Amino acid sequence: MKSFETNLAYSAGAHNAKPYLQIVDVVKKFGDHTAVDHLNLSITKNEIFALLGSSGCGKSTLLRMLAGMETPTSGKIILDGEDITHLAPYERPINMMFQSYALFPHMSVAKNIAFGLKQDGLPRGEIDERVEGMLELVQMKKYAHRKPFQLSGGQQQRVALARSLAKRPKLLLLDEPLGALDKKLRQQTQLELVNLIEQVGVTCIMVTHDQEEAMTMAGRIGIMSEGQLLQVATPGEIYEHPNCRFTAEFIGETNLFGGHVIEDEPDFVRVQSTELPRPVRIGHGITGTLGMPVWLSLRPERVGVTRRQPVSHGNWAAGTVSDIAYLGGFSIFHVRLDTGKVVKASVPATRWREEAAPIWDEPVFVSWADNDAVVLTQ
Amino acid sequence: MNGKNISGFGKLSLSLVFSFLYVPILILIAYSFNASKLVTVWGGFSKQWYTVLFNDDAVVSAFGLSLQIALLSSAMSVVLGILAGLVLARFGPFQSKSLFAGMITAPMVMPEVITGLSMLLLFVEMQQWFGFPAERGVLTIWVGHVTLCMAYVTVVIRSRLVEMDRSVEEAAMDLGARPLKIFFQITLPIIAPAIASSLLLAFTLSIDDLVITAFLSGPGSTTLPQLIFSRVRLGLNPEINALATITVLAVTVLVIGANRVMVKAELRRVRLAAAT
Repeated sequence: MKSFETNLAYSAGAHNAKPYLQIVDVVKKFGDHTAVDHLNLSITKNEIFALLGSSGCGKSTLLRMLAGMETPTSGKIILDGEDITHLAPYERPINMMFQSYALFPHMSVAKNIAFGLKQDGLPRGEIDERVEGMLELVQMKKYAHRKPFQLSGGQQQRVALARSLAKRPKLLLLDEPLGALDKKLRQQTQLELVNLIEQVGVTCIMVTHDQEEAMTMAGRIGIMSEGQLLQVATPGEIYEHPNCRFTAEFIGETNLFGGHVIEDEPDFVRVQSTELPRPVRIGHGITGTLGMPVWLSLRPERVGVTRRQPVSHGNWAAGTVSDIAYLGGFSIFHVRLDTGKVVKASVPATRWREEAAPIWDEPVFVSWADNDAVVLTQ
Repeated sequence: MNGKNISGFGKLSLSLVFSFLYVPILILIAYSFNASKLVTVWGGFSKQWYTVLFNDDAVVSAFGLSLQIALLSSAMSVVLGILAGLVLARFGPFQSKSLFAGMITAPMVMPEVITGLSMLLLFVEMQQWFGFPAERGVLTIWVGHVTLCMAYVTVVIRSRLVEMDRSVEEAAMDLGARPLKIFFQITLPIIAPAIASSLLLAFTLSIDDLVITAFLSGPGSTTLPQLIFSRVRLGLNPEINALATITVLAVTVLVIGANRVMVKAELRRVRLAAAT
C-alpha cells in the first residue's frame, strides 16, 4: 500500500495542487489480457494531460473507462470528490472528442452541438445561446447549417470540439485529437486547440501515440506501456531525464549503451560499456551500487562531431562516418565506432561555417559533455 | 463509356443479352393489344383487353388483397428484422448466437415448398388444439410472408449496422442520451436508407410470392399471383397480358423515378461538397 501512496504523492506533487481527478489502482482485464494494470494517476484542475504510448498499451482503454464506455475490473475513479467508477456514460460530467469525430451525419453543425444540451433539458433560448457561443469560439458560425459531410477534416474537428465543450464538462477527453488530419494542418491546429482549451478553462486528458502532439499540447505527459504508467512528468523532464529505457527510446531518438558502474562517487560516476572504448564519466551521483548493470542514454543532439581529437578524459570515441541524413537545418551523422557500435549525432547546419561537413567514410571523433549522458537503471 | 469504343463483338453480345432479357417482355406487351382471343395469333390492334381487365372484379379484388398483404408483411418484417439485426450486430457474443443467426436466415435458403408446407401443418395443428386461426386467409398468409421477408430484412439491416461507426452512438451516450433515445434519434435515422431498401425488398417478395401463399391461403383469399397462375392453367388469355403490361409500366415508372431522385440527391451532395 505504501508504494501506491508515494506514487500518488509523486504525481500530484509535481504541481503542488490538490488532485481533481484521481485514478486509484485501476485494473481492466479483457479475459486473460490485462489492458490496464494497477494504474494510479492524479490530475489537477485545468491541467492538460497527455497519455502517450504505442497502440495496445492500454491508453485508449483507460480513456474509455474515464468516459464510462468500459467499467474497471477493480479500482476507483474519483472526479471532483465524487466516485464516478460505476456511473453510466450519460450520467458523467465528462465529454469526449472521438478520434473519428463521430459527428451525427444526419444533423447540421448547430444541431450536433445542441444535442448534448437538449439531453439536459435546457430551455430553448439557452441552448441557442450556448450553441451560438460555441460556434463563435471555434469560428464555425458560417457553417452552422451545414451537414458534417460538407465540411473539411479541420472543420469537422472543430465542430467535434465544440460539441464536447458545449455541456461545460468537468473533464474533457480527447482521443487522438488530430490523428485524422494531415501533417501540416496538425501542427497548426495543435496550438489552436491548446489555446481554445485554456480559454475555456477545462481539465483535459488526451490520448495520443504522436509524441510531438503530446509535447506541444500537454503540460504533463504520462508514458504508458503494457497497461502501466512508466513515467509521469513535464515534456522537458521526460525528454531530458527519462527514468527507464522504454521512455528514453520512445520519446525522441537516443543512443543507448549497456554497461556497468565501475566508480561510484557522490558527485560523479563512471560507467564502463563494451560498446565504447573508454569509461564514460557522468557529472552527478546516482542511487546505485558499484558494478550494477546500467544503460546510458545519449541524445543525438548532445553528440558533437569533430575532426580533431577531443581533449576531455573519457567522453569521446573515434569512428568513421557510415551514413549521413541531410535534413536541411541539421544533419544526422551515423558514426561507426571501432567497437562496431553506430552512434547517431544530430548536428546543426550552422556547425559547418568554418569547415566543411565530414563526408562518407571520413574518420571523425564523437564527444559529449559530463552531464549529457543519462544513467538508466531499469 | 463511349458508344464509339465498343467493338463489333461487344455490340453483338450486348444486343444478344438485351434481347434475351427484354424481347419476351416486348412480345408480351405487343400481344396485350391483340384483338384476337388467341394469344399466339395476331388479330389486329385493340384495347379491349384493358377494358375487360378493369371490369374483372376477381382481378381487382385479388390485386387489392395482394397490395394489402404486401404492405402489412413488409411493415411487420421490417420491425422484426430491425430487432433481429440489432441483436445480431450489437449484442456481444451470447450462447447460441450462431444458432439464432442461422434460424433467422433459414427461410432464405429453405425451399419455399418446405416453409409453406410446415406452416400449413402448424396452422392446421393450432386450429385443432386452440381453434385459432379459425380458417386460413389473410392472417396466415401474412405470417408466412413475414417469416420469409424478415430473413432478408435482417440480413440487410444487420450488415448496415455492422458497418456503421459505433463511436457515433457512443458519442450520443457520452453527450447524455440514454440507449433508447440513441436508437431512435441516432441509429434509426442513420440506417434509414437501408430500412427503406429492405422495406421495398420485403414488399416485392411478398407481392410476388406464390408458393407459400398457395399453402396458406383459404377460400376467398386469392392473391394476384395465385389468380394469374390459375387463369393461365386454364388457358392463356390476353387479359393477363394486359395486366402484365400495366405491371411492367408501373415498375418502369417507379424505377426511373427512384433513379432520378437518387441522381438529384447525389448531384446536390457533390455540388455542396465542391462549394466548401
